[in-house]
Amino acid sequence: MGVGITTLAVGNGLRVVLLDNDQAALDKARHTVEFQLRHARMMGALPVDGVAGEVVTTTSMDELSGVDAVVEAIFEHKDTKTKVLAEVATVVGEDAPLITNTSGIPVDELAVALPRPEQLVGTHFMNPAYLIDLVEVVKGRYTSDATVAGLQALLRRLNRRAVVVRDSPGFVTSRLLHPMLNDAARLVGENVATAEDVDALMVGCLGHRTGPLRTADLIGLDNLADSLVALYERTGEQRYMPCEQLLAKVRDGDLGYKSGSGFYQYRETLS
Amino acid sequence: MTIDQSISAVESVESTVQAYLESKLKSTVDPDQDLMASGLVSSMFAMQLVVYLESTFGVAVVGSDLKLDNFRSVRSMTALVERLQGNDSDG
Repeated sequence: MGVGITTLAVGNGLRVVLLDNDQAALDKARHTVEFQLRHARMMGALPVDGVAGEVVTTTSMDELSGVDAVVEAIFEHKDTKTKVLAEVATVVGEDAPLITNTSGIPVDELAVALPRPEQLVGTHFMNPAYLIDLVEVVKGRYTSDATVAGLQALLRRLNRRAVVVRDSPGFVTSRLLHPMLNDAARLVGENVATAEDVDALMVGCLGHRTGPLRTADLIGLDNLADSLVALYERTGEQRYMPCEQLLAKVRDGDLGYKSGSGFYQYRETLS
Repeated sequence: MTIDQSISAVESVESTVQAYLESKLKSTVDPDQDLMASGLVSSMFAMQLVVYLESTFGVAVVGSDLKLDNFRSVRSMTALVERLQGNDSDG
């Protein structure tokens, strides 16, 4: 998600410092951002003649000092997010919103570990962030109004609209969407229908934009499984447990679009 | 280039694109079929088509040419490639 959000930001002329602990991932991200900028322009989501902002890639946390806002978009693991956000909080100013991008980890659980819990706010950008113009914003119990205002100002610069919801596991979108994706995978596993047919029915009969399994591939099947486990752990509801079909794909390294195969094959990705 | 050669060049771009699409989509594709309207092609796949056309035919799809309408059908993609190749030789 970090790369898609980077594309969104530079596409709107902002300078982005992209931090990762893996230099190879940063190198790949540069190419992916170029690809995604073209995709956004093709879809009319960015002006064809727009000038992109600069992307600075780094593996050093110190490069974040002086930024206006931080979007943390690492994988969905609470302890890792907490650790990274606590480190970031020591580097950036007190007025910079710390934005945790997550599909379902409650903001309050992360905020309590930070020196200034009021600085943390949640977003759930949809994938791809550079095409979808509505963002779910999560206000935690500790989140200050100034932090929310700072985030909303940033979103306006990104030409994004926001809907603010109260903090809870999975918020609104994941709480509704992820169990549906899980059930779609289960239907494929039970040989009720192929992935193509499940998606065709959801698109053609029920008006979904892409269909659940193509959506699952786009989210990343490992991310989806993690998110479902997180929902299960916090609600205790069995229906959130990732189904066997989904877990088998993750074990086999078929993680969806990003790995080249999931419920579909994507051979020519991001060359 | 004679007219015959010109026709076969057009057929070659068209048949190459058509064969590529049919292999990727595991479906027969009519040259005039609107791939977007029929739901065969997502916008992400359309972007892969851009990369495919560029690498296969040595063209660069930039500026106002980079719009979804140019990738709606085998016919429209062929026309785009033909035009960009023509521009190259003129320039």
